[in-house]
Amino acid sequence: MSASSQQQGPVVRWIDQRLPIFSFLQHELHEYPTPKNLNYWWNFGSLAGIVLVIMIATGIFLAMNYTPHVDHAFDSVERIMRDVNYGWLIRYVHMNGASMFFLVVYIHIFRGLYYGSYKPPRELLWWLGLIILLLMMATAFMGYVLPWGQMSFWGATVITNLFSAIPWVGEPIVTWLWGGFAVDNPTLQRFFSLHYLLPFVIVAVVMLHLVALHTAKSNNPLGIDPKSDKDTIPFHPYYTIKDSFGLGVLLIVYMALVFYAPNALGEAENYVPANPLQTPEEIVPEWYLLPFYAILRSVPDKLGGVVLMFASIFILFVLPWLDTSKVRSARFRPIYRQVFWIFVLACIVLGWAGAQKPEGAALMIGRLATAYYFFHLLILMPILGKFEKTRPLPESISQPVLKN
Amino acid sequence: MSDTVHGHGGEDGETRRDFLVLASAALGAAGAGLAIWPLIDSMNPAKDVLALSTIEVDLTPIAVGQRITVKWRGKPVFVDHRSPEQIAKAAADDNASLKDPQTDKDRVKKPEWLVLVGVCTHLGCVPLGQKVGQPRGDFGGWFCPCHGSHYDTSGRIRVGPAPVNLEVPTYSFLNDTTLRIG
Ligand code: HEM
Ligand code: FES
Repeated sequence: MSASSQQQGPVVRWIDQRLPIFSFLQHELHEYPTPKNLNYWWNFGSLAGIVLVIMIATGIFLAMNYTPHVDHAFDSVERIMRDVNYGWLIRYVHMNGASMFFLVVYIHIFRGLYYGSYKPPRELLWWLGLIILLLMMATAFMGYVLPWGQMSFWGATVITNLFSAIPWVGEPIVTWLWGGFAVDNPTLQRFFSLHYLLPFVIVAVVMLHLVALHTAKSNNPLGIDPKSDKDTIPFHPYYTIKDSFGLGVLLIVYMALVFYAPNALGEAENYVPANPLQTPEEIVPEWYLLPFYAILRSVPDKLGGVVLMFASIFILFVLPWLDTSKVRSARFRPIYRQVFWIFVLACIVLGWAGAQKPEGAALMIGRLATAYYFFHLLILMPILGKFEKTRPLPESISQPVLKN
Repeated sequence: MSDTVHGHGGEDGETRRDFLVLASAALGAAGAGLAIWPLIDSMNPAKDVLALSTIEVDLTPIAVGQRITVKWRGKPVFVDHRSPEQIAKAAADDNASLKDPQTDKDRVKKPEWLVLVGVCTHLGCVPLGQKVGQPRGDFGGWFCPCHGSHYDTSGRIRVGPAPVNLEVPTYSFLNDTTLRIG
């Protein structure tokens, strides 16, 4: 037991001897040695955790007023918006929270890419993060179906139909997913059930993510391991306060959206009740899924498109082995440091292309960006690690600072 | 491993134990699989969903050249009263290069009535062309706006990402003016 918990009062000590919750917190939050040079890009992990809590909190209250039935779902959401006290607020916080969640997590992932946080010994940490991303996508997709607007219905139709591309078993799988012969009431009800469940699965995987983090310890902007006590500081209060500042900034952006532009990121079409007999002019997913939609549509073949789309995420699982460079941080990799930004640009371009009609120039640009995405991960990463001349690493985290 | 087991030809005891472990694990896995099946199967279409599987359509009000949409199993079904020109075009296209080769004759029971599931075989949008003024694509049939699939007057895929022709549902003519789908 740590020294400080023995300094606590008798009640805390009594509890701690039976359930070591206080020494656990002391150990993981206070003593957890964190590199002292973390910059603001390291805020996004804890921000993602906070947004997850907000999503679960608002979701539970939405569920108290939401009716998962094709005849009532749309109206129950409208009732939340008009009649339920603060229902509009709870829904807008939930709706825009999904966007904030993805924004924060995407930044968190790009942070990892830039500073090489996926490299040994953090491969499993990286994997758990990618699993969280996949679970988030499934959760957000099913949540978007719940209001049962036109985009809900047709988004669900197009996405579930992706599985029909699987040879032989595709059709039975899709029928099984639907619980019928089209997206219909059984589909809506199971999506609600899973939309309620998956966030708690995410919480569980986040716990594992944290266990892996506290085992491998945080990476840092220099990408080198702390050498001594001089290189680290306790997480609390130093990073709790830094994270709190980041949270303030995030909440300003988030609440600006909620109060001043709550529907800016959504599709107006989703305020039209679902009509299974009429497809809207254009089906576009939410912004955070657009890059993957662009990859899907860049291939003129049904199965090929689906395979490539799933590959774009699964390939990230093998990134720790595709990247052959021994140096973690892009700071010391003069070429990677530049191509990294081309990669970011390619992802943004993919997002743009996913929102366009898949024809003409937009289709070509989408294809080029898709090609670059895979070129970067599959070819550039292995080659760069072999040929790039990296800059010398500092001896320790403190050394460059102390020298000046 | 205890001495007794060793004493009596440890080899034997080991394999027997391994076998028991393996057999119980396999049985346990099979049991778990069996127990999960009802859960999985509960997600397949329920009996009431299956029971809704047939509808009847009165054909008398549909004029030549007119197309109507009815709902069957939650999906749109296109009933197309084709004109002689459309039938001729469909038959002529039997020899065109087809992605999913099928003759028009194989796709209809009576040439003047084309019955199709109105769901694009790509990713499930409802193709345009049912209403007057909607685009019918380059082959005079249907056009799916989602990712640009063109279907001909027999509902066959001609251009675009859809892999196969528009599906022909099971149907029969109860008499000259009544169509039963399903
Ligand atoms: C990982 C966390 C979550 C994400 C990313 C997420 C995402 C979403 C999204 C994108 C929507 C559609 C919003 C709209 O367009 O109206 C939605 C709706 C909904 N969600 Fe969640 N959600 C999460 C957690 C939860 C939880 C834990 C519950 C609790 C039961 C919940 C309950 C609901 C309900 C009832 C709706 C329908 C009402 C509405 O459309 O506003 N959500 N969710
Ligand atoms: S769904 Fe019709 S072309 Fe894609």
